[in-house]
Amino acid sequence: MTNDWPPNPLAGLRVAITGGTSGLGLALVRELLSRGAEIAFVARGREGVERIARQNRAAHGIVGDVSNKNDIHPIAIQIVGALGGLDALVNNASDLGPVPLALLGDTPCEDLERALATNVLGPFRLTKALLGALASSAREGRGAVVLNVSSDAAINPYPRWGAYGASKAALHHLSSIWDAELAGDGIRFLSLDPGDMDTPLHALAVPDGNASELKRPETASRELADAIASVLSGRGRSRGTGTEAVKETLYDSREPANSPSPGSEAVGG
Amino acid sequence: MIAASLPIHRPLEAKLLVVDRSGSIRHWKRSKFIDLLRPGDLLVANDAATLPASLSGQHLPSGQSIEVRLAGRRSLSADDICRFSAIVFGAGDFRMRTEDRPLSPALAPGDALALGPLRAKVEDVLGHPRLVSLYFEGSPDEIREGLSRHGRPIQYSHVSTPLALWDVWTSIAGPPVAFEPPSAGFVLDWQALASIRARGVEFATITHAAGVSSTGDPELDALLPFDEPYRIPESTALAIRRTQEHHGRITAIGTTVVRALEHAAAFDGVVRASEGLATQRISAASRLRVVDAILSGTHEPGTSHYDLLRAFTDRTTLSGVDQELDAHAYRTHEFGDSVFIERSGNRNEAAITASQEPL
Repeated sequence: MTNDWPPNPLAGLRVAITGGTSGLGLALVRELLSRGAEIAFVARGREGVERIARQNRAAHGIVGDVSNKNDIHPIAIQIVGALGGLDALVNNASDLGPVPLALLGDTPCEDLERALATNVLGPFRLTKALLGALASSAREGRGAVVLNVSSDAAINPYPRWGAYGASKAALHHLSSIWDAELAGDGIRFLSLDPGDMDTPLHALAVPDGNASELKRPETASRELADAIASVLSGRGRSRGTGTEAVKETLYDSREPANSPSPGSEAVGG
Repeated sequence: MIAASLPIHRPLEAKLLVVDRSGSIRHWKRSKFIDLLRPGDLLVANDAATLPASLSGQHLPSGQSIEVRLAGRRSLSADDICRFSAIVFGAGDFRMRTEDRPLSPALAPGDALALGPLRAKVEDVLGHPRLVSLYFEGSPDEIREGLSRHGRPIQYSHVSTPLALWDVWTSIAGPPVAFEPPSAGFVLDWQALASIRARGVEFATITHAAGVSSTGDPELDALLPFDEPYRIPESTALAIRRTQEHHGRITAIGTTVVRALEHAAAFDGVVRASEGLATQRISAASRLRVVDAILSGTHEPGTSHYDLLRAFTDRTTLSGVDQELDAHAYRTHEFGDSVFIERSGNRNEAAITASQEPL
């Protein structure tokens, strides 16, 4: 950023992003780096982590699976150790559930379990392990924010999106409760729907979709970075306003969500 | 006292022995410790998360199995993670009492160690065959990955099941820099932090790389605590100043907080935002300039932690504490019961007397 006024709240911000080697996560790594943040990103595949770390020398790549509880503390050590603290966590890594998408009656229980492990338990565990670092950051006046990547499938009952939608609904509600419980500790929670994007996850869900009709993950990552910046610059404000305003803006900016068809369902990153 | 052998942070029946300024002793429920604080007081805790600092592996020159316990580093800087002081044991693990652990093969500067995915070299032997300075190969990110994947929490035989990292992290754990848990902080959970706020008590943190509590060797134990780096944030320094201005009490959660704050204030009694290396021992002769009370685990005479309590109250009172802890079956070690000791009203006088006693 060449302008230093108004101050860029993302400059020097210590951010961790899960699912950071593809789709929205990768776009967020690049967007936040370009806006001066310090980044640690997490993904399961070593090869991908090393590739993205080579392309983005300033970012710290961490190999780990948020759906595996034994990975959580090693991930947390590497995030907070590398960044020297943590100001923002983006829980972006997501599992679609059954591929191809299936009616709930046809969804293998294991696929629902995996979606819940990645989209609910993983973010819960990682957030919990990082809560101390986030609270310290808040006490030091740097602000602290957790962004959980949501989806309109968290709100709308789209047929065949049951595993994903139910898991994202749980994450959405967790976000609201975390936000209420930790407001006094200065930690804010956002649950935002980035819209239908051209990402590997969307391609899994809608293999024959037309990518050109979808939002670019780069566009969504700019909006999410703006949302984090807005919460941080408004951190002296009474709680509730910042989150809700951003949430509504992002929901409003989406394609209409009331007429789902196999080609237009929304997915989070 | 009885060893607490289960890794439960806040047992419902946890006890708290309270010593007030006059030296009188009360028994309290630990879950009610917040009732001991007054509006305008400040509570300071150590937010260090605990590294899995026990690394099993091999001494390559001899081919023998060893266990390395990381024990110290010079600074908290994220990139300063290549060099550690460490205690090295021969074959075996935590199930054997530390005192009974065999020595490692003789270590010499230049010896290579294979510790899971990590490679380290002995840089120096630090005046004792068990204590060395190690240099780890690789980038800081690679070293952190190797430590976090291969290491296990340092553990002693009084807890028989292997500890996981979540067993040794406090609720407020942040920077992963402690070698053993700052266990007095187990008393805190998020409900407690909310209750503390509601009572009008301020809460602040420092980061202090708590070191090992026992080496299994009396000669080495006598050197404890080793030098420990710490960081005091600006917000904490300000909170301390505010509290002192309106004559609130400053309560430290754990010995590491006392050590850091008193080290930072050693120059002129003022705690400033700073990074430092705590090198001092706190004992009967020490004059406390910042901390008014300590909430700590129960400690046995002869340990450095016990000596630190002597800075808060006199020998007679602490003997009375020891008797009460035994008589009421208090549990000790990191998952045990606690004491809350307010600095005695005539502490300065006592310090002068104590400094003339043979130690």
